[in-house]
Amino acid sequence: MACGTSCGCGKAVSLAPKPTLADTELTRAGMHAGTELDLERISARSIADLGAHPSPIPWKGTIGIVPSLNAMLATEAQAVTASAAAASTASSSTASSSAASGGTADGVYRKSGGGGGDGGGAGTSKKKAKIDPKLPGSGIPARPIIRGLVWARRASQVGFFALFMYFLFQTGFRGSFTASSDTVVRLPLPVEGFLLADPFVSAMTVLSTHTVYRGLLWSVGMLALTLVFGRVFCGWICPFGTLHHFFGWILPSTKGRGAHRVEANKTHGYQRVKYYMMYAFLLAALFGSAVGGMFDPICVAVRSIGLGVIPAGQYVTGRGLNGLQTVHSQALQTGADHTQDFLAQTVWQSKQFYFHQTWLILSLLVAVLFMNRFIPRFWCRVLCPLGAFLGVFARFALFGMEKDHAKCTDCNLCLVNCQGADSPQGGVKHRQDECHMCMNCEAACPEDVIKFRFLPSRVSTITKPDLQRRTLLASAAAGAAYIPAARIADSLDVNYHSKVIRPPGAVEERAFLERCIRCAECMKVCPNNALHPAFLEAGVEGIWTPILIARVGYCEHSCVLCGQVCPTGAIQKITEKEKLGIGVAPVKIGTAFYDHGRCLPWSMQTPCIVCEEFCPTSPKAIWVEEVEAPVRDSKPGPNGEQPAMKTVKLQRPHVDPSLCIGCGACEKVCPVQDQPAVYITSVGESRSKTNVILLENTNYNQKT
Amino acid sequence: MEPKKPQDRPDRREALKRIGAAAGVLAASAVVGKLAWDKGGFGVGEASGSRMMRSYRVAEPGQPADAELAIARAAGFKEGEEVTAEGLVAHALAAMGGMKKFVKRGDIVVIKPNIGWDRAPIHAANTNPDVVAAVIKEAFNAGAKKVVVADGSCNDPNRCYQRSGIWNKSYALGAEVVLPAEHRFRTMRMKGEVLDEWPVFTTLVEADKVINVPVAKHHNLAKYTAAMKNWYGVLGGRRNRLHQNIDTSIADLATFMSPTLVIVDAMRVLMRNGPQGGNIDDTRVMNTIIASVDQIAADALGCTLIGQHRDNLPYLKMGHDRGIGTMFYENLRVKEV
Repeated sequence: MACGTSCGCGKAVSLAPKPTLADTELTRAGMHAGTELDLERISARSIADLGAHPSPIPWKGTIGIVPSLNAMLATEAQAVTASAAAASTASSSTASSSAASGGTADGVYRKSGGGGGDGGGAGTSKKKAKIDPKLPGSGIPARPIIRGLVWARRASQVGFFALFMYFLFQTGFRGSFTASSDTVVRLPLPVEGFLLADPFVSAMTVLSTHTVYRGLLWSVGMLALTLVFGRVFCGWICPFGTLHHFFGWILPSTKGRGAHRVEANKTHGYQRVKYYMMYAFLLAALFGSAVGGMFDPICVAVRSIGLGVIPAGQYVTGRGLNGLQTVHSQALQTGADHTQDFLAQTVWQSKQFYFHQTWLILSLLVAVLFMNRFIPRFWCRVLCPLGAFLGVFARFALFGMEKDHAKCTDCNLCLVNCQGADSPQGGVKHRQDECHMCMNCEAACPEDVIKFRFLPSRVSTITKPDLQRRTLLASAAAGAAYIPAARIADSLDVNYHSKVIRPPGAVEERAFLERCIRCAECMKVCPNNALHPAFLEAGVEGIWTPILIARVGYCEHSCVLCGQVCPTGAIQKITEKEKLGIGVAPVKIGTAFYDHGRCLPWSMQTPCIVCEEFCPTSPKAIWVEEVEAPVRDSKPGPNGEQPAMKTVKLQRPHVDPSLCIGCGACEKVCPVQDQPAVYITSVGESRSKTNVILLENTNYNQKT
Repeated sequence: MEPKKPQDRPDRREALKRIGAAAGVLAASAVVGKLAWDKGGFGVGEASGSRMMRSYRVAEPGQPADAELAIARAAGFKEGEEVTAEGLVAHALAAMGGMKKFVKRGDIVVIKPNIGWDRAPIHAANTNPDVVAAVIKEAFNAGAKKVVVADGSCNDPNRCYQRSGIWNKSYALGAEVVLPAEHRFRTMRMKGEVLDEWPVFTTLVEADKVINVPVAKHHNLAKYTAAMKNWYGVLGGRRNRLHQNIDTSIADLATFMSPTLVIVDAMRVLMRNGPQGGNIDDTRVMNTIIASVDQIAADALGCTLIGQHRDNLPYLKMGHDRGIGTMFYENLRVKEV
């Protein structure tokens, strides 16, 4: 065939049928298979085609108008296949061109960027799109809707992160002057809202308890959102994801800005890890433990920010502002006081909170944020089980991305800011399950390749997670095996730890482990800093589950806030009446015991009974026995005689185990500072039928 | 200049620079070391000098006819008139010559009720909010610039302040309510017999006038507590240790804090299971207010409400002996209204 274009060279073109509709379809189909091979074939042919022209190939780096090709395109435009053909040529050329060479392309070849969904066509050449010469490639700006959506996404991320932090700041009871003395003490806001909307939490608890607990029904809404829009939760809503997005932005990875960074944002095999973890956690849940909450991003965020970042911030601020008090300036002192008052009323509480072994929780947060240096959005891409869970459902999403490989110049700009590492670039199939729907790729694309739309073509999309079946089965099996392995340790059925004192309203321990997702909401809300993340007290399965450490804080008698914020019902929403035992048996979380060897009235003949004073039950579970006891004078007698003996009147405290609720107020206030003379242990807790002392409570038939 | 070879010695300038740098660092570290030198030892400071006092008492009141201790009871009301806390407080203050005698225009007045426990007003473990409200009103009417209400609670302060009803009623009257936040406490030297250095709730001591508004109630260790024991709320830190010598610590505190006025709330009195109570059956309605300039006399009289006698309360004797008041209230000008 002779060269049929206006270049007039008349040279025979060996392999050169002009691209026809059928041809285009063919090449597209070939590309849709997503193999490099196809591309090479196409490019080889096209180069041969174009190579016939003496003029330099513009996208090979030469500047200037190439009239022959211009004419060729014009001719083709007259054909039915016009735009498709142009696309085909363009794409074929790029396969052999360098990634960044697009910038040198001539304006003539810049295609119209408008009319998003029209897919090209003869008409497009007439529409003059605004071409920005500063933009790389063809300089086609992204659709206005996409640019708008990117900003909407940023606003959404900031807004949801702010909401999350606001809820966290409000997870704590601050009294109010508007409330009268009989106002019921509850938090006014659904501060656990993010957890209620968390489908992974729901899935775990559905598998373990076969029920959807109260507010967790909200998670169906989040699932619905995913089914329509894909993983918008990850890119638009998730506060932990936003944190990683932010840190990836201000502390960009060691990969820098160039090709390394592009490489880092390509899909990697390690991204499968989160799916394996997710399936392992779901199987663990099916076998009776919601241990996956350790890795749920919302739980991680509440736990590490609520128990780590906020108290640490308070500590630093307190130190700094208290330091100002030593400066002799009335204005500075007053200012410092008012600042502390304000912060205590808005961000934290009026006293410093401390949390058991929270250094580990905080260190893990720092570590996972730091990992962004090595793998951008390491948490979201590699570990997040909620992201994996939503990824499984993203296959059904009605909204999604389609791409026209034919137009791709391999500039890789889409990869520079890709959040999910979901292969937005040309030549490979898009990974819908990995995509965070951040829209950065379409916003960056200078060639009109990427399009987000409803009911996209899925020809160039992989919707399902790409998993290896054997690894999947192995990880699921590991999740299932974890539970018996953890439980044949002696921490649960036998030798239950005396210090595993669960919050009031907690369900029986096995049911508790089925529900507790270690979100730390209860610990954050506890007004007395009584609830703490366990380390190994409750066995390896119980890491970060709540335990009461009375030496730090006791269970406030009339408080039921931990149940109010518990999203999964591990702590039930009991009322004050139920807790105090008005009309019913009170909720007991343990029992107090005296260490007579350390107790002042018992062994040191010194009056005390602070424990009795603080005992909140009525009648008091601590009662005192009036005794007269001999005590030796501290000073030796005259002439070196033995010190004199005298008699003192004392009140010696005793516990009535049938009245004691185990709140730990006595342990908290015991003046024997290091190791208290009165302490609580879990025995006698009303949720257990076996961890009891008294015969009358040993009733295997009773309902609770 | 020739380029230097590795084996060249440094020239004089270079050598002096190096020696000078080393000497400078040495000198600086020697200075820092000398300045910050800790010679060791415990260095226990001896408490010396006289006891610290914070007195908010006003100079001797004008009218000699005014009572130094006034008891207002329901009997003082006219037939058909409703017995209210506000009325009782007004009666008692009128007998003492009126609030204007104690609070001057422009004063910052701190009111120290008992907000120790997470109990409702009906349990009578905290000061009755109506009594607090009545005192706030009186203070404002007397011309106070600012009225501050605060206490260091035993239970969670937010809960105590709210559930006692005091926050709500005080705020409604325009008083400033200050929670016992950690940063409000500063270590002060009281030089008491058992209380030397303790963290003190600064809000309560930074005032022109301090009005002590305790609730009269039973206390299992101290037997009866009201005015003097109410100063426990001034302290922060580990005050649970004070119970080992509760009488002396009460006396120390009462020595440290001399209020302008004491107004004891005995509207409803906790007769048993004090100080926390929790059972309405343990309380008895008495509709009584005791006002006094002498906190010891107020307690000596108040303890009779729950059937105690001043001789059984060692802290009264200690306070009496220290001269901060008299336990023999009959020696004062007492008025019953």
